[in-house]
Amino acid sequence: MSRARALLALVGIAAAAAALLAGMDQLTHTRIAENEARKLLATLVTVLPPSGYDNEPHLDRAWVTDPAALGSTDALPVYRARLGGEPAVLVLSVVSPDGYVDRIRLLVGIDSNGRISGVRVVSHAETPGLGDGIQTDVSDWILGFDGRSLNDPANSWVLRRDGGDFDQLTGATITSRAVVNAVRTALGYAQTNSSALFALAPVTETVE
Amino acid sequence: MSPGTGQGFTQGLWHANPALVQLLGLCPLLAVTTSLVNGIGLGLATLFVLCATNVLVSASRAWVHRDLRLPAYVLIIAAFVTAVDLAFRAWLFDLHESLGLFIPLIVTNCIILGRAEAFASRQPVWPSLLDAIGQGLGFAAVLISLGAIRELLGRGSLFSGADMLFGPAAASLQINLLPDQQGLLLAILPPGAFIGLAVLIALRNRYLQRAGAKEKTRQLT
Repeated sequence: MSRARALLALVGIAAAAAALLAGMDQLTHTRIAENEARKLLATLVTVLPPSGYDNEPHLDRAWVTDPAALGSTDALPVYRARLGGEPAVLVLSVVSPDGYVDRIRLLVGIDSNGRISGVRVVSHAETPGLGDGIQTDVSDWILGFDGRSLNDPANSWVLRRDGGDFDQLTGATITSRAVVNAVRTALGYAQTNSSALFALAPVTETVE
Repeated sequence: MSPGTGQGFTQGLWHANPALVQLLGLCPLLAVTTSLVNGIGLGLATLFVLCATNVLVSASRAWVHRDLRLPAYVLIIAAFVTAVDLAFRAWLFDLHESLGLFIPLIVTNCIILGRAEAFASRQPVWPSLLDAIGQGLGFAAVLISLGAIRELLGRGSLFSGADMLFGPAAASLQINLLPDQQGLLLAILPPGAFIGLAVLIALRNRYLQRAGAKEKTRQLT
C-alpha cells in the first residue's frame, strides 16, 4: 500500500467524521439549547418569588466582572427579573473562594427593596454529611437568608459564633462562614449597583 | 482470541468479560454505578459506541495502513462518542446531567480501543459486530448489576430516576424496597464501588471453582 493511499484513507476517515458531527450538530443544536435554557430557568426560579416577575429572566442576562464583590476574576452572569418592565429581582452569580475544599458557587436573588428572595448553591465540594447542608435537599439552612437585607440583621451579618445573627451548620463553620460572607458582599454590591445592573443591555451569547 | 462466531459472543459476556475478567473500563464503571438507571444509561451508550466502532474499524481494515491505524481508530471512536454525547444532550438531557463527564470519557474507555485493536482490525465485519455486542453486553451487565446493588444498599430503591431514561411515564417504575431505611451511605460512596466490584468478581470465581470441582468429580467417577 503506497504512502499516499494510506494518507488518503486517513483523510477520508477524518472527512467522514467531520460530516457525521456536522450532521449531528444540525440535528441536535436547537434541542440542546432549549434543554439548557430550561435547566437554567428551573434553577433561577428557585431564587425568585413565584409571581414577582413577568419576563423571561434566563434570557435577560448581562455579564459582570468584579473580583472583590463577586469572588471571581471571570465574567459572571447577572439575570434580571422584571415586572411590567420595571426592575423586580436581580439574580447574581457569586463565587465564594473560602469554601472548605473548593470554591462555592451561589445564586443570590435580591429584590428591588434590597431583600433576599432566595439563595441557592450551584456547585460546591464541601464535606458530605457536614458542609453539604448548604444544599436544600440536605438541610433548610440556606433558606434562612430569605427575606433578609443588609439592615436585617443590622451590623451582625456574620455567624453567631463570630458575634452575629446567623446559625452555622453543625461541624461546618468554615462552609457556613464562607456562604454568609459571600451573600453579605453580594447584597452590598447589589445595593450600590442595582440600577446600573438593570440598565445593562442583555447579552445572548455566552462569555467565557 | 477465538474467531468462532458464536464463541466470540459468549467470550465477552462471560469468559473474557471486560469488567470482571479483563478489568477494563474501571473508571466509568466505578464512578457512575451509583444507581441502576445510571448503569443502564452508560451501559447502552458504551454498547452502541462499541458496535459502531468495531464495525467501522473492521470494514476499513483493508485500506487503513498499519502504521496509521491508531490515529484512524481514535478519529472513528472520538467522532462516534461525540455524536452519542450530542444525542444524549438533545434527547436524554437529565440522564446526561447525571452521567456528567462519563459520556465523553467513553473515548478513553480501554474496552473500545482494545477491541478495535485486538479483534476488529483482524476480523471480518460480522464477527466484529458479534464481538462488540458480547463485550458491550458483558460490560453493561456488570454496570447494571453494580448499579442495582449499590442503589439497593445505599438508598433502598431500584429504578430511581427511570424517567430520565424512559420518559416521564417511567417515573412509576421506581421501586422502594426498603422504604424506611436510611441507606448504607458507604454503598453510594466510591469505596462501595470497589467493594461491590470485588464481590462480583469473587462470586464469579466461586462459581467457576465449584463448576470446575464438579467437572473433576464427573471425570473421576
